[in-house]
Amino acid sequence: MSDRIREKLEILADAAKYDVSCASSGSNRKNDNKGLGNTGNGICHAYTEDGRCVSLLKILLTNFCIYDCAYCVSRKSNDIQRAAFTVQEVVDLTINFYRRNYIEGLFLSSGIFKNPDYTMERLVLVAKKLRTEHKFNGYIHLKTIPGASDELMHEAALYADRLSVNVEMPTKESLQLLAPDKNREAMIKPMRFIDKAIIQNREEKKIFKKTPLYAPAGQSTQMVIGATPETDFQVLYLSHFFYKKFHLRRVYYSGYVPISNDNRLPAIGTPVPMIRENRLYQADWLMRFYHFKVDEIVDAANPLLDTEVDPKLSWALRNMHLFPVDINRADYMLIMRVPGIGLRSAQKICEARKFTRLNIEHLKKIGISLNKAKHFIQSENSCKDLQPEKIKQLILQEGRSKYKANFSTQLSVF
Amino acid sequence: MIQTVLYDGSFPGFFAAVFEIYEYKIVEPDIQTEGSANISLFSTPHISIPDKAKALRVMKALQDKITVAAFGNFYRAYLSELPGIENVLFRYIKYVISSKDSVEKNFANPDVLMIQQTAHKTDREKHRMKAFIRFQKTKDELYYAIVQPDFNVLPLISSHFEKRYADQRWLIYDTRRKYGLYYDLKNVEEVNIAFNDQLQSPCALSTIYDEKEDIYQSLWRAYFDSVNIKARKNTKLHIQHMPKRYWRYLVEKQPG
Repeated sequence: MSDRIREKLEILADAAKYDVSCASSGSNRKNDNKGLGNTGNGICHAYTEDGRCVSLLKILLTNFCIYDCAYCVSRKSNDIQRAAFTVQEVVDLTINFYRRNYIEGLFLSSGIFKNPDYTMERLVLVAKKLRTEHKFNGYIHLKTIPGASDELMHEAALYADRLSVNVEMPTKESLQLLAPDKNREAMIKPMRFIDKAIIQNREEKKIFKKTPLYAPAGQSTQMVIGATPETDFQVLYLSHFFYKKFHLRRVYYSGYVPISNDNRLPAIGTPVPMIRENRLYQADWLMRFYHFKVDEIVDAANPLLDTEVDPKLSWALRNMHLFPVDINRADYMLIMRVPGIGLRSAQKICEARKFTRLNIEHLKKIGISLNKAKHFIQSENSCKDLQPEKIKQLILQEGRSKYKANFSTQLSVF
Repeated sequence: MIQTVLYDGSFPGFFAAVFEIYEYKIVEPDIQTEGSANISLFSTPHISIPDKAKALRVMKALQDKITVAAFGNFYRAYLSELPGIENVLFRYIKYVISSKDSVEKNFANPDVLMIQQTAHKTDREKHRMKAFIRFQKTKDELYYAIVQPDFNVLPLISSHFEKRYADQRWLIYDTRRKYGLYYDLKNVEEVNIAFNDQLQSPCALSTIYDEKEDIYQSLWRAYFDSVNIKARKNTKLHIQHMPKRYWRYLVEKQPG
């Protein structure tokens, strides 16, 4: 009995792992019913050997699928072992893992069997059972199936904390090429539906306190990066669109892991574009937390992120006329744009300078990355007339980028 | 001259010691817990009495001058148990009480910054305990976990586990500090247990475990292995997030 469950778990966790989202934050479900679990800022309970966080039990209900998307391991034409959990099996695994403090909750996705509604109905049933029969208040993230009915989407939002539908490809054309069974509109439609319903729910909450929770952690989506020729400009503009238009909480970028000999895709053995993925996340952070506008990060003239340096440094090097800044006087919004100074340090600087005139020693202790920052802040011994390209080289020479090995050939020139 | 001041190691005890430092006009105190090894041979230490009233007066004086958040940081810094942290805390109290305006955000002052940074370290350990504690279910439906946190963070995680696991009995035991938290479905209590060494042996454990405990542990290990993407292996990052000293708690890091 447990051997069979174990086998299914291995197959269906393996098939789900290319979905990079593992967030369990952003919800506010409390344990008010003396039941099991609650949600909060999210906790990563473990980290895989590839360094990714494990916060949720992330599995497919089944990897049987009627679609044939080229980039997906579960595609119909792929000759792999298939398996399917029953609703009760997923419920039992979730509860028992949760009680042992292994996880924050469940992230349930699925291959599409029979049709979208039939699949979605089963995903919703798992969430419903957890919430109503087991008084489970932990985190539930349901993948919504493009093409499922509005009624099912609505029900899903009543039980889940977060809903997501993956747009998969940054452009319609790539989607058409690699996932001929899917279309962009069928993915956007549920996103729009849920977005409207969440806004409506929020309005109702202002009037009726008892309004039920409705996807309190909002929506997210994921794009596969590096399987198709889109630029970072196209990718980030799409993210910007999702953040503005549908109020998505997160857009995830999944560097394509070659899993197929399909000649429409990078061959097996092609390295996963991890640096690019990392730079995209950094750019995403700049948009969400540092108040950067997307066109400050990339534009039609500079459609690719610099892989050698992070996008904030890259922006600063393009905007040297704004620097050096006086850390004792400059606006908070500008302080946090200084390369090497993070949000937390920027706050500390703005608090501390009310008491004392800050010098380099203070900054060091506060914990900023002086290697970068020193070129962009005023101080007695900084030399002001450096060219951006020279500064970049100095930072690269002094720094210990985790990607340095990848640049060794370029660096040896200097 | 530096004078060693000994206190009982408790939070109120520390405040009482501060009171006495003022009371006896000790100019250069070096506050240490009783039984610590660094006592100077050439002077008699001052042994502070953990007087509740005295402790409360100092604590109140401090609380009146700083925000709840700043006091929280102060408490967290104390829980770090770092050598010498009491002296930092004492200088902080002196600085706060002698200043007219609020100084809790003057991060240019080394003690203010040290307390903030130490509190941050304690918080990180607290967060790790929330993450890395692994309960094992016993035959009598108790979920228990053994931990050895770097800092004394049990007081900081108590309410998290109480709220989260409201419908199961649980016990979290700190073997380094020899006390634990026990939740009996109603309240959390501090407990001391004399652990029998034999309990650690595998055959003894099998008699106290719930019969399904083993299955779920092995399912969790299977899950952990299956979600790994080998093409993205990054051992450095893995260990950075899950330092090896925590592996002893982790089911997924034990051989199957």
